[in-house]
Amino acid sequence: MSADVKAGHAIGVAMKRKEDPRFVQGKGHYVDDFSFPGMLFMALVRSPYPHATIKSIDISAAMKVPGVKAVITGKDLEAAGLGWLPTFHGLDKQMVLAIGKVLFQYQEVAAVFAESREAAADGAEQVQVDYDPLPVVADPFASKTDTVLLRPDREQKTNHIYHWEVGDRDRTDQTLAKSAKRVKQRIWFQRCHPAPLEPCGCVAFFDTMGRLQFYVTSQAPHVYRTALSLVTGIPEDRIHVISPDIGGGFGNKVPVYPGYVCAVVGALKLGHPVKWIETRTENLTSTGFARDYHMDVELGATADGKLTAVKVATTADHGAFDCAADPTKYPAGMFGICTGSYDVPVAHAEVDAYFTNKAPGGIAYRCSFRVTEASYAIERTMDVLADELGIDAVELRRKNFVKKEQFPYASALGFTYDSGDYEKTLQKALDTIGYQALLKEQQEKRARGELMGIGFSTFTEVVGAGPSKHFDILGIKMFDSAEIRIHPTGAGIVRAGTKSQGQGHETTWAQIVAEELGLDPQQIMVEEGDTDTAPYGLGTYASRSTPVAGAAIAMAARRIREKARKIAAHLLEVGEADVEWVDYRFQVKGVPAKTVTMKEVAFAAYTNMAQNEPGLEATFYYDPPNMTFPNGTYVAVVDVDRETGEVKVRRFLAVDDCGTIINPMIVEGQVHGGLTEGFAIAFMQEIQYDADGNNLNTNFTDYLVPTAQEAPHWETAQTVTPSPHHPIGAKGVGESPNVGSPAAFVNAVVDALSPLGVRHLEMPVTREKVWRAIREAEAGKGKAART
Amino acid sequence: MKVTITVNGTPYTRDVEPRTLLAYFLREHCGLTGTHVGCDTSSCGCCVAVLDGQTAVKTCTMFAVQADGHEILTVEGLAAGGALHPIQQAFSDQHGLHCGYCTPGMMLTTVALLKHTPAPTEAQIREGLAGNLCRCTGYNNIVKAVQQAADVLRQPAAATK
Repeated sequence: MSADVKAGHAIGVAMKRKEDPRFVQGKGHYVDDFSFPGMLFMALVRSPYPHATIKSIDISAAMKVPGVKAVITGKDLEAAGLGWLPTFHGLDKQMVLAIGKVLFQYQEVAAVFAESREAAADGAEQVQVDYDPLPVVADPFASKTDTVLLRPDREQKTNHIYHWEVGDRDRTDQTLAKSAKRVKQRIWFQRCHPAPLEPCGCVAFFDTMGRLQFYVTSQAPHVYRTALSLVTGIPEDRIHVISPDIGGGFGNKVPVYPGYVCAVVGALKLGHPVKWIETRTENLTSTGFARDYHMDVELGATADGKLTAVKVATTADHGAFDCAADPTKYPAGMFGICTGSYDVPVAHAEVDAYFTNKAPGGIAYRCSFRVTEASYAIERTMDVLADELGIDAVELRRKNFVKKEQFPYASALGFTYDSGDYEKTLQKALDTIGYQALLKEQQEKRARGELMGIGFSTFTEVVGAGPSKHFDILGIKMFDSAEIRIHPTGAGIVRAGTKSQGQGHETTWAQIVAEELGLDPQQIMVEEGDTDTAPYGLGTYASRSTPVAGAAIAMAARRIREKARKIAAHLLEVGEADVEWVDYRFQVKGVPAKTVTMKEVAFAAYTNMAQNEPGLEATFYYDPPNMTFPNGTYVAVVDVDRETGEVKVRRFLAVDDCGTIINPMIVEGQVHGGLTEGFAIAFMQEIQYDADGNNLNTNFTDYLVPTAQEAPHWETAQTVTPSPHHPIGAKGVGESPNVGSPAAFVNAVVDALSPLGVRHLEMPVTREKVWRAIREAEAGKGKAART
Repeated sequence: MKVTITVNGTPYTRDVEPRTLLAYFLREHCGLTGTHVGCDTSSCGCCVAVLDGQTAVKTCTMFAVQADGHEILTVEGLAAGGALHPIQQAFSDQHGLHCGYCTPGMMLTTVALLKHTPAPTEAQIREGLAGNLCRCTGYNNIVKAVQQAADVLRQPAAATK
């Protein structure tokens, strides 16, 4: 499936990944692979209570454990002015180590530093904390009453964090009131966790010159450097953040976590390198969770199914601190994409977020900020509407699509969709999956009482944050950057402000440079993650790498080409105006025989540059003019066992339109991976809390992620509608499958159960939920439950 | 306790605490960091190595002292003579890896799987890999990689028939 690629013609080639030789030989360097002389290990003491006053902390027994060097608590940090950490969008702050009380189970209470991993763990067990339990708020709706005030540290004495809204509430309400058809559905997108296989971790030390060297699993190393400087007061030039190979991120490695601050403090206090690597339990219970949106979705339509209005009101559970990693002006992220792929005249969306005694987070798990929630809301409810109207779910979608000729399309909630051909993408899916034959089969099966479902999702995403006039994190605008240097031999290096966590940037970034400059991608080295060498960038999440950094790379390469044109003119002995770039080389206009390659120009840039400035390099900071809007049609075909409730995903087809495809092998791989996470969310993954605030999914035996046995076989196809505002027309793809697929899965299961009158099921759609739905439906219809 | 464990053909004699897990023996006592750790419950399979040329073991479920006198194959021992092992080549050819964290365990499970089932069906491959989690690839291409490796590894045997 992979292919070799020669100089030029690099975009669109399934080039083998340049990072693979390292990874398949076990030569990757992940953070836990780094060790330094005298290195200490850190372990965290965590709260067993979801909400409790800390009466006292006794570290004396811990200090007696052989190998333990120091223990620090919240009081120590507070005294040093390091008690609190700002959250990324600036709406809240988070305790580094608990101060006065704990607010969620597994909250960080003390840090133990010791000579070995084991001694640190032994020491943590010996820290004696005396807790006095407080009433627990484990439900956002209970939080609303403010009966128990969770955060007296805040100026606002309420559990309500923020209200956000967009659109026209009055017109939406009026339109809904007079719509011929109106459906309303409460949808809960459950709390889940990205759970990358490599947990979070860091190694911190101060080098011989007193400069902080910080190795960390970070999707945004430059933002970490700035945040660390702001929190600790260490001048930013005295901080070097290195994000080495990362074992998956999916949004989990965007926030700065308390453990990182503790490790830096330990390294400073003890004068030794400090390593902290989370356990899986720590990862699942304390680092950024995702979703947890309770959404009331309302659609209005004409009698024949033309949408008249969309309204979504959401109650969001943000846990103990508001650590949602969203851009400053967007506390609910891009939730306004909840009108989806449809031409909706008027809409309104609002989100109210509340504190609870649960882990903090609200990160973008393999999606642009809150886009998965929004996409699920509209795509699930479209099926409810189709059911109410008694028309085919595909026809309802087709009838309401934004038409190809409407782009750029201004949505009712303020986005300008860049491009798309939804009808074409849908048709490709219908043809590829054989929709008519499936409908016939379903009809026959239904006649025999068998449960077969076909589910669609025709989603639109919004990614690539973002234009500086709207988007910032801690005030830093969400541009991204690239620096390219071409060496005398025509090899080169490209550095970017992004950080691959498996997406294959070392390959795709080289392909962009190769395409723009007619060079060999095998000789373009890509380096990311080192803040001393890479230009400042906001990092890799929210599918922003290709839309923003990919654009910066193309633009930097074009700057190099302009410089190279001057040298080419000198070599070709013509004026610069007489030189054109044709077929990946410079040519004298109208004289195909007179050419010079970029490789030759590169050599001349160092050896024979005439009056031109020596060297061949460029930097570009790209401020995107708009977001990009990848989209797709996904189809799930399921069989449901009426007796056991077991759902078998028999087929799944994803037709994606992510604009220009740089490496089709990598794009397909990203789609496979995202679909599997979407499958996991639809059927398996949930972080549950009991009424007392206990986390019930603290490891991989309770938090279920799919193995090769559960994961379906994936079918993929593409349509290509380039983004008109991106230099190479690319839109980003890594997250589309995770955004678009949950609705397709659930719609398929509900479709299978629709003859029984089932209209909605909450995720994860477990066997038990399906079994109960079947039994209740059959009982409700007066049929004897079959045993 | 003193143990001698032969890893990738090289004997390593080390003094270890009885509670030292084989995974950390490999990583921290032998410096072989290709064996990864991804969970606390022997669920993820990132730490799989091959014991005595036969069995895929999760090295986080085994104490170093239990491996005393045994042979262990890790990812660092797969390539030979400057050439990638057919399984390594297949994972790269078929895009069977993204972040690379699960990959060593996935490949070593494959070594044992193909030793006992040289011509596996897709269902056998999926069952055989069910102890190894991958969060990136969605498994489609891992299955293809195992199929390619199986085809390549069967070739010499096929030629002698």
